[in-house]
Amino acid sequence: VIPEREFLVSPGPHLWRGLSVSKIMYLVVLALMFPTAAGVYFFGYHALLVIAVSVATAVLTEYVTKKLRKRAFVMDGSAVVTGLLLALILPPTIPLWMVAVGSVFSIAIVKEAFGGLGHNIFNPALGGRAFMTACFSVKMTTWVLPMGFGADAVTSATPLSESFVWEGDKLSLYKALFLGNIGGSIGETSALLILIGGILLLALGIINWRIPGAYIGTVALLTLALGQDAIFHILAGGLMLGAFFMATDYVTSPITARGQIIFGIGAGILTAVIRRFGGLPEGVCYSILFMNAVTPLIDKYVKVRPYGLVKKVKNEG
Amino acid sequence: VKLPESKLTAGSSIEPIPLPEKVIIPLHQNIGAPCNALVKRGDKVLTGQKIGDSEKYVNAPVHATVSGEITATTMVVNPPSGQVTEALVITSDGADKWVELEAPKNPEALSVEEILGRIRRAGIVGLGGATFPTHVKLSPPKGKNIDTVILNGCECEPYITSDHRVMLQYGEKVLSGLNIIKKVLSPDTIYIAIEDNKDDAIDHLEELTVAMGFKEDFKIIPLKSKYPMGAEKTLIGIILGREVPIGGLPLDVGVVVHNVSTAKAIHDAVFEGRPFVDRVVTVTGAVKNPKNLLVRLGTPLRSLIDYCGGIDGKANEVVLGGPMMGISQPALDFPVTKGTNCVLVKESRPIREQDCISCGKCLEVCPMHLMPTMFVRYVKASRYDACKEAYIDDCFECGACAYTCPANIPIVQYVKVAKSELIKRAATK
Repeated sequence: VIPEREFLVSPGPHLWRGLSVSKIMYLVVLALMFPTAAGVYFFGYHALLVIAVSVATAVLTEYVTKKLRKRAFVMDGSAVVTGLLLALILPPTIPLWMVAVGSVFSIAIVKEAFGGLGHNIFNPALGGRAFMTACFSVKMTTWVLPMGFGADAVTSATPLSESFVWEGDKLSLYKALFLGNIGGSIGETSALLILIGGILLLALGIINWRIPGAYIGTVALLTLALGQDAIFHILAGGLMLGAFFMATDYVTSPITARGQIIFGIGAGILTAVIRRFGGLPEGVCYSILFMNAVTPLIDKYVKVRPYGLVKKVKNEG
Repeated sequence: VKLPESKLTAGSSIEPIPLPEKVIIPLHQNIGAPCNALVKRGDKVLTGQKIGDSEKYVNAPVHATVSGEITATTMVVNPPSGQVTEALVITSDGADKWVELEAPKNPEALSVEEILGRIRRAGIVGLGGATFPTHVKLSPPKGKNIDTVILNGCECEPYITSDHRVMLQYGEKVLSGLNIIKKVLSPDTIYIAIEDNKDDAIDHLEELTVAMGFKEDFKIIPLKSKYPMGAEKTLIGIILGREVPIGGLPLDVGVVVHNVSTAKAIHDAVFEGRPFVDRVVTVTGAVKNPKNLLVRLGTPLRSLIDYCGGIDGKANEVVLGGPMMGISQPALDFPVTKGTNCVLVKESRPIREQDCISCGKCLEVCPMHLMPTMFVRYVKASRYDACKEAYIDDCFECGACAYTCPANIPIVQYVKVAKSELIKRAATK
């Protein structure tokens, strides 16, 4: 007897935690509001415009590429995260049209061309930044001192560049780096506000400590071993933002706990080596991109040890 | 993972439901061999009369659960296997006339063989849901030394409260049943594992162990309410720190785990000679009055839901079992069987599956430390052998991964597809 179907059937489990992809994305956006606020506070109107253009272009590009690929466009927030992250790692005086070009590249090429969210190999924001550095090398390396709203921009070297001079003692430098009152990309100058955002994500269970911990820890140990100022290297440049918000990108980092630690250590070594020996002042962007490329390999070889993977226990007697 | 508990019926006393007009008794209600019918259409049967049995060792007989007449044989789809099973329909005469129960004069004096015989004759299976014949589980193969028995009162799935109520209302019988298990297996240590969301059951059994003189023998272990705590292998890991080898059984590490309701049924069989004809079922979710019911096996789900005031609101899905591992039923004709601990009525939730974002949360929550998302990838690529190499057989489908998955991927469904495909392939080899 085939019973008459009276009820819907669905596969179990019949409960869902409800922490969806889009909720996660918007929580990341929320956490990013802290470094975003710092960026706008220190770099004024233009920084705000850069952020707006980057986010709007990212969402629009996602919409268009989805239509072209004949896929449903879902406002899942991932394009907002990419657009926001890209803006936060750009120089405060970058022309807006360049921002738009970078944002289009991030979404259309780095993300959608690989199949969209979940299939991309590289972090879209970092990919976009690398592309912009190649295209607009002068504008991408022009840095200014924080001028807030209204004041004129004064060109300045970033703390990591060779020409950087700090007139003051070490403690005041640390303080400037920690609070963010120093030259650099829009969202990377204030270690304090990045930390607040990062701790929020840790507390919500969106990210775990493994990648940021291994990454920052490795940079600290290695710079120390190379005879440099470890505290300076942790606070300066894009390390904090990269460690908490870029390297922890789910899609482009390993899925296993051990893989994540390997990823963090690898990025840390590369960052320290580029900063010390490379031709570039900063190495966070390329370190993470390189580790993104290695991630499929890590996931192939680093597995979890299943429960009960032991030799059959002899139980006699 | 931490789940919302939703134990609506934790405070509701067990209510016996009126005898149904007819019962449907599937001949296959245990893991192992099915029963052969011992009666035919037109035969008169008494409550507790054996109506199906098998010569096979891994089997438990089935009994008439009302007195009356065999009026039909039918086929039912047996969840969760989906196998079609023959079933006997008994139309009740309303008299509920029982067979004569053979209660032993001196139950304490029974030999281990006599005890096991009584348990088998009563048709007892693991009532936590696994439905493995209990007499088999109580007969470890020669050479296997059982040093620990764990009585499982975790009941870690949301909504279900049947074991909870059994512990509260039949605590003496549960402990007496455990004492019988002790006699059969003579372990060194006996634990009673209960999640700490059931304080009252912990306190009650604590008092009873003192009152009944088991204080020295039974150690009650309160455990965190964390799903899937009640899974055998999780429990053994948490309490004893032992890992059951892959593909192995708890007895490979010297442990046997029994459910509290099984222990109660063992007491009834050994002390009263009572066959297993009824059990406690939680009827919950979107019914007017959620309840814990004492139900004769074979009672159609419809009767349970009607007794609880019918379906409430827009609910359009009926789950047999708990919300995590239960199976949706297309209709209410299916009967309560030995393994039925819960009927959950709910509003169906659409699944909007997205692509995996490799967040790794399924790995974090998997109690067997597997990589659930990899199974999905392999199934999508038809790489079933890769699933096997990734220990898919070790997955017991608790659903913690799919519960957590941000992309709402029905991971367990992919696992089921892979497992059935692997079985098919093994059969054609």
